[in-house]
Amino acid sequence: MSAPLYQPRLPRGWWLAHGGYRRYMLRELSCIPIGLFAATLVLALFRLGQGADAWLAFRAALATPPAIAWQVIALGFALYHSVSWFTLAPRTMPMVVGDRKVPPAWIAAAHFVLWLALSLAILLIVGA
Amino acid sequence: MSVTSLPIVEGNGATSRMVTFEVFRFRPEQDSAPTWQRYEVPCREEWVVLDALNHIKDHIDGTLSYRWSCHMAVCGSCGMMVNGQPYLSCKAFIRDFPDLIRVAPLGNLTVLRDLVVQQDRLMDNLQAVKSWLMPAEPPPADQPYRQTPAELERYRHLSMCINCMLCYAACPQVALNEGYLGPAALALAQRYNLDSRDGGTFERMQATASDEGIWECTFIGECSEVCPKHVDPAGAIQQMKLASSLDWFARLLGKGGGS
Repeated sequence: MSAPLYQPRLPRGWWLAHGGYRRYMLRELSCIPIGLFAATLVLALFRLGQGADAWLAFRAALATPPAIAWQVIALGFALYHSVSWFTLAPRTMPMVVGDRKVPPAWIAAAHFVLWLALSLAILLIVGA
Repeated sequence: MSVTSLPIVEGNGATSRMVTFEVFRFRPEQDSAPTWQRYEVPCREEWVVLDALNHIKDHIDGTLSYRWSCHMAVCGSCGMMVNGQPYLSCKAFIRDFPDLIRVAPLGNLTVLRDLVVQQDRLMDNLQAVKSWLMPAEPPPADQPYRQTPAELERYRHLSMCINCMLCYAACPQVALNEGYLGPAALALAQRYNLDSRDGGTFERMQATASDEGIWECTFIGECSEVCPKHVDPAGAIQQMKLASSLDWFARLLGKGGGS
């Protein structure tokens, strides 16, 4: 081919173009608050190792309004990430039983039920 | 461009609606950069975007170039961007769009002329991933190559691909990484990986699990959203990531893998 060709470029703001891209970016961005919350948990262990006074001071700091607001935001992102992840599970792990595919909704539902059961189990152990 | 002077024949009380089409034009022999050209088209209720393009070509401007063949979402030739989203233009009903419709060539792909894109990227990548049957053992010579319904069910949806490249236009990774094999080629590789008669998974993995393969995918998922045949390339690629990881672990544990 000797004729010139036109090569399009992806615009800088491609991820703002429509809802599907925006929801994807939000899911990707959720790693930042989730990572920071994981760091908070590591800090909690560190403070626990420093003794009772340090631990109680850390817990008091966590109970202040800005800290609570931060935890609510982190929880929101964690929930968004988990729900979107489990919703996608049937496409990553499809199953054929007999001659038929297992309905995708069943696979997603199994993930959600397991998630709920494990969360309750942890809550019972920690709460006890 | 002015409105066509040829009247639309109105039968059985059918009405037409005037729609403005802004069509991407690129004529390499005269244009150094693409331009947008406006056409006013009286569209009938049941028309799809392809009908409007055919009307433009037949009655307004014969220089407009685009690909099409079957007009029934089977051949996969008429893919284009309609108001920024990839569609088969034979499946994009005008009644679902506003009075101004922008028609552009499929995104992320090299444009040859007007709405015609270069298809090399898919064709080359289909070869790279070896999307054909590589039997594990020689097929039976004198009888059909049998497969149970359950074995067919594992890959049947992936075999529905019509190579229309809408998924390439929807995938930002295709634009960001020139070497990326892309959704359709990877989905078709998985189609043969999942075939009970095939033994070529490991050979395909040399391409599919390379730096230009499945790991370039970040599961944006738009390829599956725009697929007119519900192939779900995004799902297929995630399944390949799982299989590739398991293969890697198997090797790490000295259990061979390789299939």
